[in-house]
Amino acid sequence: MDKNKIQKDELIPRAKRSSLSSRPSLLKATFAIVQKDLAAEFRSFELVSAMLVFSLLVIIIFNFALELDIKVRQSVTAGVLWTTFAFAGTLGLNRSMSTEKDRGCMDGLLLAPVDRSAIYFGKAISNLAFMLIVETIVLPVYSVLYNVNLFRLDLIGIILLGSIGYVAVGTLLSAMSVQTRTREVLLPILLFPVAIPVLLAAVKASNGLLTGADFAEVLIPLNILIVYDVVFIAVAFMVFDFVVEE
Amino acid sequence: MQTKPIALKILDVVSIILLAISTYLALFFAPMELVMGQVQRVFYFHIGTAWVGLLGFVIAALTGIVYLITKDMKWDRFGVAAVEVSTVFFFLTIVLGSIWARPAWNTWWTWDPRLTTAAVTELIYVAYFMLRQGIDDPEKRARFGAVYTLLGGVSAPITFMVIRLFRTIHPVIVGAANANQEKMSMTGDMKIAFFFALFAFTIIFIDLIWHRVRLGGLEDKVEQLKLKVSM
Repeated sequence: MDKNKIQKDELIPRAKRSSLSSRPSLLKATFAIVQKDLAAEFRSFELVSAMLVFSLLVIIIFNFALELDIKVRQSVTAGVLWTTFAFAGTLGLNRSMSTEKDRGCMDGLLLAPVDRSAIYFGKAISNLAFMLIVETIVLPVYSVLYNVNLFRLDLIGIILLGSIGYVAVGTLLSAMSVQTRTREVLLPILLFPVAIPVLLAAVKASNGLLTGADFAEVLIPLNILIVYDVVFIAVAFMVFDFVVEE
Repeated sequence: MQTKPIALKILDVVSIILLAISTYLALFFAPMELVMGQVQRVFYFHIGTAWVGLLGFVIAALTGIVYLITKDMKWDRFGVAAVEVSTVFFFLTIVLGSIWARPAWNTWWTWDPRLTTAAVTELIYVAYFMLRQGIDDPEKRARFGAVYTLLGGVSAPITFMVIRLFRTIHPVIVGAANANQEKMSMTGDMKIAFFFALFAFTIIFIDLIWHRVRLGGLEDKVEQLKLKVSM
């Protein structure tokens, strides 16, 4: 009886020690997930190519729907770009999460002895990477098609901030929507009302830059973008555990 | 079978009486507004419904947090009740606002910050119901619902801040932010009608939530009984 007890006491700390030492750090685990996603993507280019073709189609539709002549163009460029990014973004978010779910990868990730938030950050960073790849191709194409220079460091900064906010909340919501019955249909419905602040602030800031408004006018939406990014990354980080737990 | 508690019965009667008095105060007791005329009377109910609508969304976000911590289904029922009642009241707010806006602004709708925020908030909670509908497991449904009300509660104020950058024409009655905004003032009798409407709608709100929470409990019981019978 006594002997048994002693053995048990000895066992527990050893087990704890071994689980601690084999547990990779948050940063390492996050980058492992990013690496996995990027490697899978660079083999097939399934996601990025779909997002890209879709983006170009959206721009073509806008071209004729809005009659993008030189006068209209100046005031709507920011709106057209962000609408395109938002639509292409939902496409990517849906796909990247549903491949995890369909092939049972998500269960594998959840079983891995890593912090759950590493899964969130890993997926969010790879989603952001896909979105940025698409944006870096759409921007020059748009610049050439409409003869406006979109290669400005300040504009790229705004696009980066906007994409971060969009992906931060989108990754969380796509993890939720893939687990429902309606799946792909549900993500935009869940995401757009919550992401409206980031999209509107990004449009306002980009529009200010493109029309050459005062910096003070750009500063307020820029601040809101930063606030949104910080708040939603923090909230998503805190609640992601509840979304994936079984 | 659990009967309706007496306190709830009393609250039902009190709510009906309060609603009647509030209607009287708004339609007959309060003086006619000089510029806008009779249509201004819609304002008392507009503010009353808006207040309980927002209150419910805040309550839903808070019960969401409490649910995620305690994992007690009681909080989920409370949260659903708050969102359901508030969605209806908030819809009423938008409709009443439109009725007022037609003669005052000469349009049913305008993309003003408050109107837009109201519409977006309403859509967040419609999405909330669609989310819940797509999940069969009650525990998961409660978890996802709690997370989503939390996100909605954080996003709505930021939406308001952003849209304010665009433009506003909505009158500010309570607490004008700066001197440039058009401020309206109320006479003593108007204030009585105004505060009474706030009070009346708060009581009605509590009454309806109580009913909905009780209904949620009964629903769960029926589900359990059904399971028992089928086994």
